[in-house]
Amino acid sequence: MSTPEPEKNEAADAAKPATAAPKPQPDRPPRDWGVIIRNVFTAENGAMVTFLAIVLALVVGALMIVLSSTDTMNKLGYFFASPGDFLSSAWNDISSAYSSLFKGAIFDPATISGTPEQFFGPISNTLEYATPLIFGGLAISVAFRAGMFNIGGQGQLIVGAIFASYVGFSWTALPGALHMIVAVLAGIVGGMLYGGIVGWLKAKRGAHEVIVTIMLNYVALLFLGGWLLNTSVFHNPAAAGQAISKPASSSAVLPHLFGDQLFTDIGLLFAIAATFAVAWFFKRSKLGFEVRAVGLRPSAARTAGINVSRVQIASMLISGALMGLIGVTQTLGLANPNNNSLSPNIDAGLGFSAITVALLGRTKPWGVVGASLLFGALQAGGALMQTQAQVSIEIITVIQALIVIFVAAPQLVKEIFHLRAHKIDTGQGGDEATPTVDPFHTTETINVAGGEE
Amino acid sequence: MSTASTATGNVPTTNVAAVAADTRSKMISGVVMAVVGALALWGFGLSSRVSNGAHTQFGLKYDPTQTGGLGPISAPAQEVALALTSLAVLCGLVRAFAPISKKVQLWLDGVYFASLVVAFLVWAAAGSSVGLNVPSIIVLTAAGAVPLILGSLSGLMCERSGVVNIAIEGQFLFGAFAAVITASSTGSLWAGAIAGCLGGALMCALLAVFANRYLIEQVVLGVVLNLLASGVTGFLYDRVMSTNGGTYNQAKGFSAIKIPGLSSIPIIGELFNQNIIFYLAYVLVPVMWFLLFRTRWGLRTRAVGEHPTAADTVGIKVIGLRYRNVITAGLLSGLGGVWLTLGLASAFGKDMSSGKGYIALAALIVGRWSPIGAFGAAVLFGFATELQVALSSLNTPIPGAYLAMAPYLVTIFVVAAMGGLTRPPAASGKPYIKG
Repeated sequence: MSTPEPEKNEAADAAKPATAAPKPQPDRPPRDWGVIIRNVFTAENGAMVTFLAIVLALVVGALMIVLSSTDTMNKLGYFFASPGDFLSSAWNDISSAYSSLFKGAIFDPATISGTPEQFFGPISNTLEYATPLIFGGLAISVAFRAGMFNIGGQGQLIVGAIFASYVGFSWTALPGALHMIVAVLAGIVGGMLYGGIVGWLKAKRGAHEVIVTIMLNYVALLFLGGWLLNTSVFHNPAAAGQAISKPASSSAVLPHLFGDQLFTDIGLLFAIAATFAVAWFFKRSKLGFEVRAVGLRPSAARTAGINVSRVQIASMLISGALMGLIGVTQTLGLANPNNNSLSPNIDAGLGFSAITVALLGRTKPWGVVGASLLFGALQAGGALMQTQAQVSIEIITVIQALIVIFVAAPQLVKEIFHLRAHKIDTGQGGDEATPTVDPFHTTETINVAGGEE
Repeated sequence: MSTASTATGNVPTTNVAAVAADTRSKMISGVVMAVVGALALWGFGLSSRVSNGAHTQFGLKYDPTQTGGLGPISAPAQEVALALTSLAVLCGLVRAFAPISKKVQLWLDGVYFASLVVAFLVWAAAGSSVGLNVPSIIVLTAAGAVPLILGSLSGLMCERSGVVNIAIEGQFLFGAFAAVITASSTGSLWAGAIAGCLGGALMCALLAVFANRYLIEQVVLGVVLNLLASGVTGFLYDRVMSTNGGTYNQAKGFSAIKIPGLSSIPIIGELFNQNIIFYLAYVLVPVMWFLLFRTRWGLRTRAVGEHPTAADTVGIKVIGLRYRNVITAGLLSGLGGVWLTLGLASAFGKDMSSGKGYIALAALIVGRWSPIGAFGAAVLFGFATELQVALSSLNTPIPGAYLAMAPYLVTIFVVAAMGGLTRPPAASGKPYIKG
């Protein structure tokens, strides 16, 4: 989209006489701080765009909070008679909502003198909410780098949760930690199988993965909520009339990470390990290299001797396995509200949030972690905002969707904030930023390339 | 769609190989059909449910308490089930091994599905004293298909002009929400219906702008827009409707319009005693077909969806046409949302479209991007989802969840069986960049 070519050429042209002439250009200042600072505010600067996208999304969220507050809108009726009433009421709405969002996500100033548990409580909530998002974002990234959209996170995590839950409540003969490990592995296998179906249908039958994954989501959802939870194997006899499974035995439950008072379990460690593994996978492994090659241009990859079908199946297996881990933390982790049992809404929309996380993190493993922390913080803060400021937690979904839309459309952010399209050439050379890898543009290349087949 | 091109890589591109693959796929799917038919023969025809001379009753009056009219038909369950399932097996075998034309193949598929479905119904209702109320099933199916038809027509308009619309679900939600809140606060159903359509159009306008101007990958964009719609409507529901339900969220609906003459036909008469949105949805199918395949607009739309560069060369304004079509399509999916609330006389609930937008998308794909095909698939899916209501009283061993899964499984089967042989409009999902 953005073409830095002409400027590069100019730079090259400028550089040529410079090398020919014995004296390096004296009229150009060696370092212009003004220019450097102005260069921060360009559409090329991914971090800046992300920051502005978050700001924009929060502004839209604030507008929605005000517009939906009946008290405040009533004051708008006599705005011209007494504008202060409306403005202060609107400010009250926004500040109470966003301050409780902050208190719920980062820390509450009132707890500085409190116990460490109180002080670190919000942060540990954020970490707990971020954990499944990390798995999901990585899962989407792995599939995406192979040129596939895994919209089926919902289904894969449900199957993973079913497997983990079954092992959790029925294989109680396994001793202590082994029980937990087996339950976690079962969840991974469940998600992996369900994801593998998609990869297989895509590779062998040419079935489009977006359609297959969407359909499999509903199959899993109906299987779990409509049937499985009512069977005698799964249904908890103690909860008559409710579609809830038997609770997992305590030996399968993921233990607390930072002590019993803080709301973070060792799922976070799994997530960090998974991030390292995926980063290694992309950077160092043969399969990871093949995945990236297939994602960039399948026809070229095939010509180069890469078995495209195998790579597609493998990447969907890995993606499904990571989604299965969400199922594990949702059932066996502290995030489970029902005493570690399975319920029809076990997925909590995480399969779809995962897509937003992956895109915000630009499908890079550590970018995903950053995005997960942000969205985890929004979730954790949103819960407090709902109880303290009576602002529905649904606003968090809106803010997340908006952030992703704005990040995906840097052009829009540029137009709103009048950012420059390109950096000003300082003639320093060497520090010319490579355009950020934008997942959307990657696919565009794939389409263009594939369209010629 | 967007990455469909990567899939085509797996399908042999040369002509001979394509024909061979076609024959092979025809044989495999025929054999699969025969095997499924044989399983049905065993499961429905030979089960204990239909043995010992059990009979199945089919009621032919919409309101069974009404006097006069057609009496119920009672059929010997086992014989009928066996005959129908054998017919299905035969269809599968003929389809697999006989050299038949595409047209005959299509008919065979129709007979196959119909006989399996009727065999299933005979089996399910065997021995029940109430039996199945045929007119009621027909009406439920037709009503269940309405949002699917509207949604798939919306998706059709978008994809035919080269924009993927995964966000039908979000347009339903937004349309339903806008319809209810407007109808409740103004007291006018028509104002609500118009607001609902405009709500859908607004969501589609977002899709059009971000897809055409800001070039966001369209599948991702659709998913994110669905999240956005779910979040916005859920938020406003919590903030405005849940406390002031009486003011903002009343369950009101269009009243039925009886078409004289047609509504007194036995069995299907009730189809002509429905509300205006119902009729509109069914009228729109042939209208859309005509517009798309018989008018200048349709030709241009298809050109833009298949080969935008060529269309641009002959002077068609590609981006402009895409904007117009996508936003107009939003009116249709918005109307689907209106149906969910004002059409069914129900109040708004969070995420009330519950996946119907995605089933509409599936109908579009199974119907191979044609209005008539999408209509057929929508009716089939409407039947599958509504059947569980009709069967809930019969106490069948098959849980309703499995019936509800049917549309999704059928879609997976179809895309897997047809794979690369069925394809969306070539430019669907690809932004057009002039120059």
